[in-house]
Amino acid sequence: MVDVAFQSGSAVSVAEQVDRAKVLQKLRLGDAAFRHLTRAAAVTVLVILSGIIFSLVYGAWPALQKFGFNFLIEESWNPVTEHFGAIAPIYGTIVTSLIAMLIAVPVGLFIALFLTELCPLWLRRPVGIAIELLAGIPSIIYGIWGLFVFAPFLQQHVQPFLIAAFGNVPVLSTLFEGPPYGIGILTAGLILAIMVLPFITSISRDVFEAVPPVLKEAAYGLGCTTWEVARYVVLPFTRVGVIGGVMLALGRALGETMAVTFVIGNAHRISGSILAPGTTISATIANEFTEAVGDLYTSSLIALGLILFVITFIVLAFARLMLMRLNARLGT
Amino acid sequence: MAIMISGASSPLYASRRRKNGITMTLAYLATGFGLTWLALILGVLFWEGFSGLSLRVFTEMTPPPGAAGGLLNPIIGSLVMTFIAVLIGTPLGVLAGTYLAEYGRHDKLSTVVRFINDILLSAPSIVVGLFVYEIMVAQMGHFSGWAGSVALAVIVVPVVVRTTEDMLTLVPDTLREAAASIGLPRSLMIAKVAYRAARAGMITGVLLAIARISGETAPLLFTALNNQFWTNDMNAPVSSLPVVIFQFALSPYKDWQELAWTGALIITLAVLALSITARFLGGQSKKS
Repeated sequence: MVDVAFQSGSAVSVAEQVDRAKVLQKLRLGDAAFRHLTRAAAVTVLVILSGIIFSLVYGAWPALQKFGFNFLIEESWNPVTEHFGAIAPIYGTIVTSLIAMLIAVPVGLFIALFLTELCPLWLRRPVGIAIELLAGIPSIIYGIWGLFVFAPFLQQHVQPFLIAAFGNVPVLSTLFEGPPYGIGILTAGLILAIMVLPFITSISRDVFEAVPPVLKEAAYGLGCTTWEVARYVVLPFTRVGVIGGVMLALGRALGETMAVTFVIGNAHRISGSILAPGTTISATIANEFTEAVGDLYTSSLIALGLILFVITFIVLAFARLMLMRLNARLGT
Repeated sequence: MAIMISGASSPLYASRRRKNGITMTLAYLATGFGLTWLALILGVLFWEGFSGLSLRVFTEMTPPPGAAGGLLNPIIGSLVMTFIAVLIGTPLGVLAGTYLAEYGRHDKLSTVVRFINDILLSAPSIVVGLFVYEIMVAQMGHFSGWAGSVALAVIVVPVVVRTTEDMLTLVPDTLREAAASIGLPRSLMIAKVAYRAARAGMITGVLLAIARISGETAPLLFTALNNQFWTNDMNAPVSSLPVVIFQFALSPYKDWQELAWTGALIITLAVLALSITARFLGGQSKKS
């Protein structure tokens, strides 16, 4: 060994070369294995999604077969006669989310405007963190608070006022008809508004901050007021991002379960009044799933879940496409 | 200067000023509105929660209606299920995030995975519950703690994938090139260089995922169900804090409702502590 090495100068011995090849081979194998492992994990994300879709379709199949398209438009939800229709929960889901967005979108945008344009620098971080804390509170906390604090408050102070104020106004009188239950569509919508407010605020703040300062400074230089800068420079520039954020929040509102279940009243009917109890898809599933007897009942509830998933999937996909478009424009 | 003064008195300028004043006031009011809700919710929660808080809450089982008791079994149940969910979800999420950031940053698979992952990130959690019910509870024929853990793991994965990818993308390429130039294979480069540089951020992601699942109720309702008693058997229904809060809050019994408030306070404090720690860690990783 020593001789060989000595004779061939600095050249590496045969045995050493074999060792080296072995080590390299091992590293290469390990490398390939790790690469495939990460790839498999990435594919798992897709497997989860397709698993969700397949299992929901499989579970919903008996109900869809029995009721067909009528499932989407029937109002009756009767476990005794085993006749199920989804229109009441779908209606409740959409109306509560609509109320939530009507309130949360303007308020959220104004808070974002405050945070990016008006707020003194030292206050920006604390207020931003506080708003994000609001986003971190689990939805069940909103639910229990809504049930014990917010609903009684609405029942005693706000709803009687609404009924009295709008009782004689056409159109609005049907909207605010009936006794003040406290719980109901309006309460659920208001709780949802508080819940999605931080999502809208933090996304719009982020996109507002992405506006190149030069653009804003140019507008200020022309003598624009803060509002004009926000309205004619910031908002047009960030429109896709804001729409994306709003859709993201809408996706949350549509699928939100616990906050709504506590205060919606779980009544399977469509009422013209937003003070009346109603139900949403998620609240129906949460309330009835463990108590559902019979395959058709369970299957109908899973079919509701499938409808919810399809609706939120479309909304969220649209939101992501919008946000991707904004990012592409910003070149990040 | 003279032009400005004459402009200031014009009706157009006055109306623009007025409009600006109104909208800016609205912005202040909106912020006050948002913060008021935060204060109201936390205020009531602390008030109601602390009044029921005692040592008993942590040492006794959930009581039958009308008796005194604590929240020991749901607290333990929540901790165990969260732990297992993180144990399943974190490696999966980290590996998938690694693929997106290190191997396939620009390939087609990554684009699709990224998109789907973002959708899973905000998909309704009750649907995840239905999914796990179908694949586990319906197949095994009974509710179980394992099913609850898997449901929570499904929620953990997208959060960890997202943060892992984001944090790895922040690691400068020069570090990777330096590692490659001394002959480090790619897998070792990722493990020894990229992970180390992104560690704080990745831990933040896991903390955020824990914060997210510790308050999740909907996916547990029909996977882990609930259990009035202590159990070591993950094959049996396991009680969890959020589900107990749900059940107790909707009950007509005063002491159950009180326990629900206390449970809500415990969850909120845990979540707030987690997100503040995560923020602290995240802030540090940005600085370094």
